[in-house]
Amino acid sequence: MKLEPIADSDLAGVSRRHFLAFTATGALGGGMLLGFGLPARGELRDSLTTDAAFAPNAFLRIDRAGVVTFVMPVIEMGQGTYTSIPMLIAEELEVDVDKVAIEHSPPDDKIYVNPLIGVQMTGGSTAIRGTYVPLRRAGATARVMLVTAAAQRWSVDPSSCRAQNGEVVHGPTGRRLGYGGLVDAAAKLPVPEKVVLKEPADFKLIGTPHRRLDTSGKVNGFAKFGIDSRLPGMKFAVVSASPTFGGKLVSLDEAKAKAVPGVSQVVRLDDAVAIVARHTWAAKQGLAAADPQWEAGSNARLSTADISRQLASASERPGAVARHDGDAAAVMAQAAGRVDAVYEQPFLAHAAMEPMNCTVHMTKDACDIWVGTQVPGLTQAAVMKLTGFKREQVRVHNHLLGGGFGRRLEFDGTVRAVQIAQHVEGPVQVIWTREEDIQHDMYRPYYYDRLSAGVDTKGKTLAWSHRIAGSSIVARYSPAWIKDGIDPDAVDGSANQPYGIADIHVDWVAAEPPGVPTAFWRGVGVTRGTFAVESFVDELAANAKQDPLDYRVAMLDKNPRAKTVLQLAAQQAGWGKPLPAGQARGIALCTGFGSYIAQVVQITTDKDGTVTPMRAWCVVDCGVVVNPDTVRAQMESGIVFGLSAALHGEITIKNGRVEQTNFGDYRVLRINEIPQIDVHIVKSLEAPGGIGEPGTSCVMPALTNAIFAASGKRIRKLPVGEQLRPASQKLV
Amino acid sequence: MITLNVNEMNRTLDVPADMPLLWILRDVIGMTGTKFGCGMGLCGACTIHIDGQPARSCLTPVSAAVAKKITTIEAIGASPAGKRIQAAWLALDVPQCGYCQSGQVMSACALLATNPKPSDSDIDAAMAGNICRCGTYPRIRAAIHQAAGTTKAALSQPGAMKEV
Repeated sequence: MKLEPIADSDLAGVSRRHFLAFTATGALGGGMLLGFGLPARGELRDSLTTDAAFAPNAFLRIDRAGVVTFVMPVIEMGQGTYTSIPMLIAEELEVDVDKVAIEHSPPDDKIYVNPLIGVQMTGGSTAIRGTYVPLRRAGATARVMLVTAAAQRWSVDPSSCRAQNGEVVHGPTGRRLGYGGLVDAAAKLPVPEKVVLKEPADFKLIGTPHRRLDTSGKVNGFAKFGIDSRLPGMKFAVVSASPTFGGKLVSLDEAKAKAVPGVSQVVRLDDAVAIVARHTWAAKQGLAAADPQWEAGSNARLSTADISRQLASASERPGAVARHDGDAAAVMAQAAGRVDAVYEQPFLAHAAMEPMNCTVHMTKDACDIWVGTQVPGLTQAAVMKLTGFKREQVRVHNHLLGGGFGRRLEFDGTVRAVQIAQHVEGPVQVIWTREEDIQHDMYRPYYYDRLSAGVDTKGKTLAWSHRIAGSSIVARYSPAWIKDGIDPDAVDGSANQPYGIADIHVDWVAAEPPGVPTAFWRGVGVTRGTFAVESFVDELAANAKQDPLDYRVAMLDKNPRAKTVLQLAAQQAGWGKPLPAGQARGIALCTGFGSYIAQVVQITTDKDGTVTPMRAWCVVDCGVVVNPDTVRAQMESGIVFGLSAALHGEITIKNGRVEQTNFGDYRVLRINEIPQIDVHIVKSLEAPGGIGEPGTSCVMPALTNAIFAASGKRIRKLPVGEQLRPASQKLV
Repeated sequence: MITLNVNEMNRTLDVPADMPLLWILRDVIGMTGTKFGCGMGLCGACTIHIDGQPARSCLTPVSAAVAKKITTIEAIGASPAGKRIQAAWLALDVPQCGYCQSGQVMSACALLATNPKPSDSDIDAAMAGNICRCGTYPRIRAAIHQAAGTTKAALSQPGAMKEV
């Protein structure tokens, strides 16, 4: 057993060196030492120390003792990248991945750029797609240099040497040198410009299930999330922003707030107030005592119905054309039949389990930030802008994320915390209550999709038109991504839908909800597009009185990977086999993020309108798989996340404020409400695809298509909620 | 001043009697393994044991724990149920983001301590108060069964890869 007490000085983040592994001390403030026999696994360190002898690139270092450290260009938020990315580097470096130390990367949009996005970002299911070749190359480069150093030491041909398990071995003589003994010599060698990567047949790690490196600290309480930052003399602040979108702080009772024992300070901002105290409890009580009063502002009468009407109206206008093949309008005008449908998808909160928080120490010379973020570089830039500090004065210490789902692609929480910290002496942790987190999220936007199809006498789709109306997250987040007036996220899953239809028209009308901030949410555009497309295809199959599987397959001749996953999912689920009364299956296909996924959901419906998902089958072709168990976990995760949203997820607005407050009225699925999930992975040598998000995208229409099959009720507006409840049982 | 026994250690603290244990553990003592999730007893992230019984520390005032034994995630591995649960959690790679897992482990340990062979419905009853946004529920269920030695063939076994 190894014990690594965490000292106060370490908490400044300067030289923190704590073990995710089986560190089991009594934690801060002393305490008993407890050990239990967990295996040693990945060590997680902060990123600011580097005294290693050999660091041929920004992703790995080896010191003279042979300790290997990997620096993660993306952050771990549950998706398993702190295992799969080390596997990529270790595969080529030839080291034991379980003995590697792992570091969060510091903010740097150049060195740690996500090549698919252009900045340092974890999101869009891009981690493996973006790093699969570059990080293998990083490992291979170091391996070549170490082998060369050993060959020179032995005066032998490098081709007679091989690397294995942290050593270089000379084949003919069996001589060995550990990497640690080679680092000084390797560091003096030129970095090779070209290296040969392994052939897939030679992979030892890639493609083989590997236990996660970050589990130990997550079962014994020692994993550190941003909210777990503790600094000497740290204060705690609870923040409350204007309950209405765009409102302002008018007044508060500062004396009453300060009368609460432990409260030291009230920080007033234009649109928010923070109570600073000795601990979070005092701050919470201080906030209640302060009873802040707000001016509601211009959105005081805004409701969800207004936004639905706004989008309905917007969708009457022609939009920016995202796809135009053939002449859908002309074909539709002459078609034997026509099918029309409108789908609405609600605002959604992210509701990550770790509420928004950020710890800041602001001095006259520097700003230190302890937070979990999907965008360290953008966060640093935002704080530089706010404070006027130079880059080196703003230090972002990233942490494990207690859920991201897109929420931590935004740095509003950090900006808010720095605004507060600018008024506070010493370090301060700013926490959002769950209510604040839900009511001041940046929401998955409300979308309104209008679809039409022209069909022949047998119901075959001849022409397809799809108009999308909704908020452009990209226009706010990264306007440069907009090309020819098209927000690629807004039309993702729609303009590039998988079915072979000769005459197709897809356009998009941007319409911003007044005052409501919108943001990426797990599955991003693909999720919204997939729900509309897969619901509508299901409607077309029903119109044609054809099996929903057969109807889809007939349109997939030019999309073999999509066709394969769909057919396999049906096969796995026993598609077509009879089910007991009240039960039914629904199917859906999702092509996005470079992956192909099909799911079948089997549900049961009760007389009172309750829908219960019983089983879910998922077949995924995501190209080359790095860690199969991670793919599987992400499918399970995506399915549960998507079912929560499809069944219950909805943020509604009344009088300019969000109505939901906590998990009581923003329901998410619990263990007793989920289906049994079966995941099947298709063997593939195609380029790796993303896996964090498509599981969520696919399950929503698979569920609602099952509801249609069970009840004849087509869900055109999410969530399912009470829509199946008989009128006589509806609550007034 | 209030004296608390946390993980077999007595601590004398100057805190108000109505202060929830969650904030005492996290902000006063500095033990951050117990997590803040909702503040309303809705999500279970803050679950601890008081005299072996699971309790939501965000709602439990410190006065209710005086002269009782508080156990947190940092020490649960010392108990037989804790050892088995943590080993099963590791074997099946249950956690994803991991933020809720302190609470999940504490609820699962409390279940196993009183019900060594829980059925699926026992697991539902004991664990439905713990939310996981990453959706690790299938593995939580399988890991509890594994820890209890009641693994059922019908359950889809995480880790056992199926390829088609």
